[in-house]
Amino acid sequence: MIEFVDVHKSFGPKRVLGGFNLKIEKGETFVIIGQSGIGKTVALRHVAGLLCPDSGNVLVEGVRVNGASAATMRKLRGRMGVLFQSGALINWMTVAENVALPLSEHRRFPKKEIDRLVDEKLDLLELGDAKTKTPSEISGGMKKRVALARVLMSNPAIILYDEPTTGLDPVMSMVISDLIRQMQRDFNVTSLVVTHDMKSAFHVGDRIGMLYGGELVQVGTPDEIMNTENPVVRQFINGDLEGPIRAQ
Amino acid sequence: MNGGLNGTGRRLIGIFDLIGSRVMEFFDQAGYTVLLLVRAFYYLKDAPSKAREIFTQMYFAGVKTLVVCSLVGVFTGMILALQTGIELQNFGMQYQIGHLIIASMTREMGPFMAAIIITASVGSAMAAEIGTMKVYDEIDALEMMSISPVKFLVMPRVVALAAMLPVVSIYIIVLACLGGAVVANSILNVSFNVYMKHLYKGIHFKPIYVGLLKAFVFGLIISGVSCAYGLRATSGELGVGHATRSSVVASFLMVLIIGYFITAIFYG
Ligand SMILES: Nc1ncnc2c1ncn2[C@@H]1O[C@H](COP(=O)(O)OP(=O)(O)OP(=O)(O)O)[C@@H](O)[C@H]1O
Ligand SMILES: [Mg+2]
Repeated sequence: MIEFVDVHKSFGPKRVLGGFNLKIEKGETFVIIGQSGIGKTVALRHVAGLLCPDSGNVLVEGVRVNGASAATMRKLRGRMGVLFQSGALINWMTVAENVALPLSEHRRFPKKEIDRLVDEKLDLLELGDAKTKTPSEISGGMKKRVALARVLMSNPAIILYDEPTTGLDPVMSMVISDLIRQMQRDFNVTSLVVTHDMKSAFHVGDRIGMLYGGELVQVGTPDEIMNTENPVVRQFINGDLEGPIRAQ
Repeated sequence: MNGGLNGTGRRLIGIFDLIGSRVMEFFDQAGYTVLLLVRAFYYLKDAPSKAREIFTQMYFAGVKTLVVCSLVGVFTGMILALQTGIELQNFGMQYQIGHLIIASMTREMGPFMAAIIITASVGSAMAAEIGTMKVYDEIDALEMMSISPVKFLVMPRVVALAAMLPVVSIYIIVLACLGGAVVANSILNVSFNVYMKHLYKGIHFKPIYVGLLKAFVFGLIISGVSCAYGLRATSGELGVGHATRSSVVASFLMVLIIGYFITAIFYG
């Protein structure tokens, strides 16, 4: 479904991905964990075609994303949703207009239908009160939920979540984690989640992979990761000061 | 590499390297801007559905700059009248001042002053706004929703500025004529009637349409350059600031260069 084949990516002299391999099955939720600045967002952006690998290939549903034509890209992106780390809401539009954006710009749906879907998504994420506010008037956690509502508008078959629970309180964090599970259960959505919230990672992940030094140093089920022998992974999930990982 | 050169030679090469890379950067950006404008023209067909955004941008360019434009217009007229009026007085021709003011305002000064004001206030804000959107992934989010940022952001801004610059120019020209009249009356002892009579004589069709064409092209330049720098802003604290500053400098340069060529084509 989503496949990285020996992906290398550097920015100038800085090597971020070096021989990154991963295969995510249809309907699976895969979680990438790793330190801040290690390249999780970079990996995720490759799937969306927002970054192009220096070498190697990225495949989505068997179609190569890197170097895809504009038409292929449009088709792929139509089946894909990205929850950006910053939310990426348009700040001069209201919450409702933001959520409606994926449908309202393409004029394929009648306005009544769009309004109904917007209300449905806002209710799902407990955002009914914020409908007419602008992004600058709502909290960081609400922005994240609005962004998620916008992603859900287009019923994507693949969802890429960049830090979906960062900045949320523990309860709301659990609500979002549950929602990710629910999307998988009810709509068989394939998901790639990038996070350093370990609680959420263990909750939503079918498999978890730890990104370190440009590649996944270990991939396994939550149980396997929890009981890992790998010193890097163990240090990371326990938050130990001693170990191979140095604070940067 | 430069092993055989002494210190001065090496420094010279360093300077040329720097100039070379700046020039390359300028042309790269200019090419990108032209492509962006071409793509914006393609999306003109969607202008009706973006009417709200277009009017918002026109409002920024017109209404929000009203005070500055008024001041700049009046004082430009007053300065022009004072400077040239005193010279004309030496020849006893100060009654001609109205002619001179309308001629120089429509040919050059009106559109140019409008371009300076709009670049500094509206263009810089455009670059900063779009640059911020770029840095906060909003542009990528639009791409993911298959919404073209050119249609969504660039086209409305291009249309708005191309439409508003001629309007702002005319406004500045009119106010400059009024400012000139005040100086003519109070310092040069030219009555309002005489001033206006010679001002009317100075109105010709060609300078007006060339002036308005200039203003229209300046509108394209300012919006295109500002959007281009914004869309290519790099992330990090300095990215947006750099994009904003560069867009203002590049807009000024392009306005001067293209302004010269339009003059050369029509009067050369
Ligand atoms: N467009 C870019 N240009 C240059 N460098 C970049 C770019 N994008 C990312 N990087 C660099 O790549 C590295 C990895 O960044 P990335 O955003 O993927 O980290 P991350 O794992 O998502 O961290 P965080 O948890 O803080 O979001 C960083 O050092 C960053 O500076
Ligand atoms: Mg990140």
